[in-house]
Amino acid sequence: MSVKVYVPCDAAALSMGADEVAGAIAKQGGSDVQIIRNGSRGMLWLEPLVEVETPKGRVAYGPVGEDDVASLFAADFLSGEDHPLGHGVTEEIPYFAKQERLTFARVGITDPLSLSDYEAHDGLAGLKKALKMKPSEIVAQVKESGLRGRGGAGFPTGIKWETALAQTEPQKYLCCNADEGDSGTFADRMLMEGDPFCLIEGMIIGARAIGADTGYIYLRSEYPHAIKTMRRAIHIMEDAGWLGDDIQGSGTNFHLSVRVGAGAYICGEESSMLESLEGKRGQVKVKPPIPAIKGLFNKPTIVNNVLSLASVPIILDKGGAFYKDYGQGRSLGTQPFQLAGDIKQGGLVEKAFGVTLRELVEDFGGGTYSGKPVRAVQAGGPLGAYLAPDQFDVEMDYEKLAEAGGMMGHGGLVVFNDTVDMAKMARYAMEFCEIESCGKCTPCRVGSVRGKETIEKIMDGENVKDNLALIDELCDLMTDSSLCAMGGLTAMPVQSAIKLFPEDFTERSK
Amino acid sequence: MVTLLNTVEDKVAREVCRQYGDRPEELLEIFHTVQAQSGYISDEAIRTIAHALNRSRAEIHGVASFYHDYKREPGAKKTLKICRAEACQANGSDQLIEEAEQMFGTKLDAKAKDVKLEATYCLGNCALGPAVMVDEALYGRVDAKRLEMIAKKHGAKQKGAAS
Repeated sequence: MSVKVYVPCDAAALSMGADEVAGAIAKQGGSDVQIIRNGSRGMLWLEPLVEVETPKGRVAYGPVGEDDVASLFAADFLSGEDHPLGHGVTEEIPYFAKQERLTFARVGITDPLSLSDYEAHDGLAGLKKALKMKPSEIVAQVKESGLRGRGGAGFPTGIKWETALAQTEPQKYLCCNADEGDSGTFADRMLMEGDPFCLIEGMIIGARAIGADTGYIYLRSEYPHAIKTMRRAIHIMEDAGWLGDDIQGSGTNFHLSVRVGAGAYICGEESSMLESLEGKRGQVKVKPPIPAIKGLFNKPTIVNNVLSLASVPIILDKGGAFYKDYGQGRSLGTQPFQLAGDIKQGGLVEKAFGVTLRELVEDFGGGTYSGKPVRAVQAGGPLGAYLAPDQFDVEMDYEKLAEAGGMMGHGGLVVFNDTVDMAKMARYAMEFCEIESCGKCTPCRVGSVRGKETIEKIMDGENVKDNLALIDELCDLMTDSSLCAMGGLTAMPVQSAIKLFPEDFTERSK
Repeated sequence: MVTLLNTVEDKVAREVCRQYGDRPEELLEIFHTVQAQSGYISDEAIRTIAHALNRSRAEIHGVASFYHDYKREPGAKKTLKICRAEACQANGSDQLIEEAEQMFGTKLDAKAKDVKLEATYCLGNCALGPAVMVDEALYGRVDAKRLEMIAKKHGAKQKGAAS
């Protein structure tokens, strides 16, 4: 009997040498071990996290380097014995045990490309129910769940679906936005690499709900591992009759393919993404009409984020009422938060809305990796506001975070230590907008360049007071008159940095 | 002579367009495939694709120039992508970039023959920054020492190293 040893194939684990570790374990263990390449548990500071199946559960060791393998064998890790890198039973590690995993329930547990493993862990249960339901009943469940778009805008998914379902046009599309470009976010990537069938299942349910027979996953080119995994998963689902015509005799047809992006951040904006899917420049379009009425190729189209779609299977399986039991106020369900930047215990934390920023950064994150004090956290990606430690008691839900001047975005949290120069970060926010602006509207295209120049003047000590007033005015203008969130939200990091850390702008020693 | 030049066909591009059924909505995939095979997207390729998809050259050029991924001229032998988005900056990617510039005797995003250092904005490895990508291999917690190991592994020539 060989012992099951899990070594993740998640890109973050690979980036720390998981392939080499898996190779070394296979070599030394020979026929004693059966290596399974799972997704990541999300405790990324422990990657590569090697797990061994034992009678008391899966036992974790990490971060394991290639050189540690011999000593693991010497300590008899195959029986779950102690070792300096040992963490005991994985599911008892507080970081993991304290989470509420709904969307990420299987990630890190299963072999991402084993359909039987997927089914054994409640996979396809939601879809099987959905295939017996009317489209309007599916929409009703999603509406009841309170699920809001996890891409950043937070629009209620059920209402979006309802709009598309109401369209009489026979050709409709369902698109998954997997252009996860926000710095500090990697949940989409982890899900696609760790549980690709879950996303596909969510998409089939969505397709049946709105009546779409064609779907695309717009996946960024920076994620080669996710692209490979998703493409293989689609083939497996096709072969098993879960994709294609008349799925399992239900009358639902759904053809799904992956389209690879080409390094444009703006293509995460839905109208720009749809242009890109048509083979055009990814330029933002004026709304209305909204995509649910006129989207891809002018047909009714739903664009949902990876995490929104991957939350649908459990909602259909356990019911909308089950899902909305998590969370608070108008932010229902769970949010996969991503702890990034200078953080000791970086990774993925799925919790119900309402967890405080302090719990995330201090309890889960354990402070900074560098050991220096935390000075700021940027929440919600490059267009999100900076928050200072005295704001860390804010409860993380869409509304409460907005009241505190922040933004949920895609749930990414980037931690900075006390050496950060906030003027430099504000300048960078403008520079990023300059690099990634699609160029369609003037406030964004020109405003970002002028903004960068003006912050540079401030950094050089030139007319600081006047230039700060100018920046403020420019930020307001970009916020009010940009066509999309790119130009419209660039002011958030800039203005919050100036407001919270004025000394970085006014008291610069040249 | 001008007409003659205008009819020069890029064989790779022609074949790739055919693979994608000459469908204009597949343009991004066509570019990706042509670039993977030829290393960049030449003027001839633009012309050939425009012809195959029944679009103007201006439109095809417009798409190629919009996206950061597509290269319009031959690149370096190796490209090291270094992330300089916020999460990696928080872990010192600025310093890593300086060290890399020294190591390879080039500047970030400058044209280079042997090793090009390219700025990238998020590789999705934000908890383990600074992140670097070479070809399709991703690396986390990269410092100067690890960068040297990565360069060696991928055959990226360092400044002053014997060829």
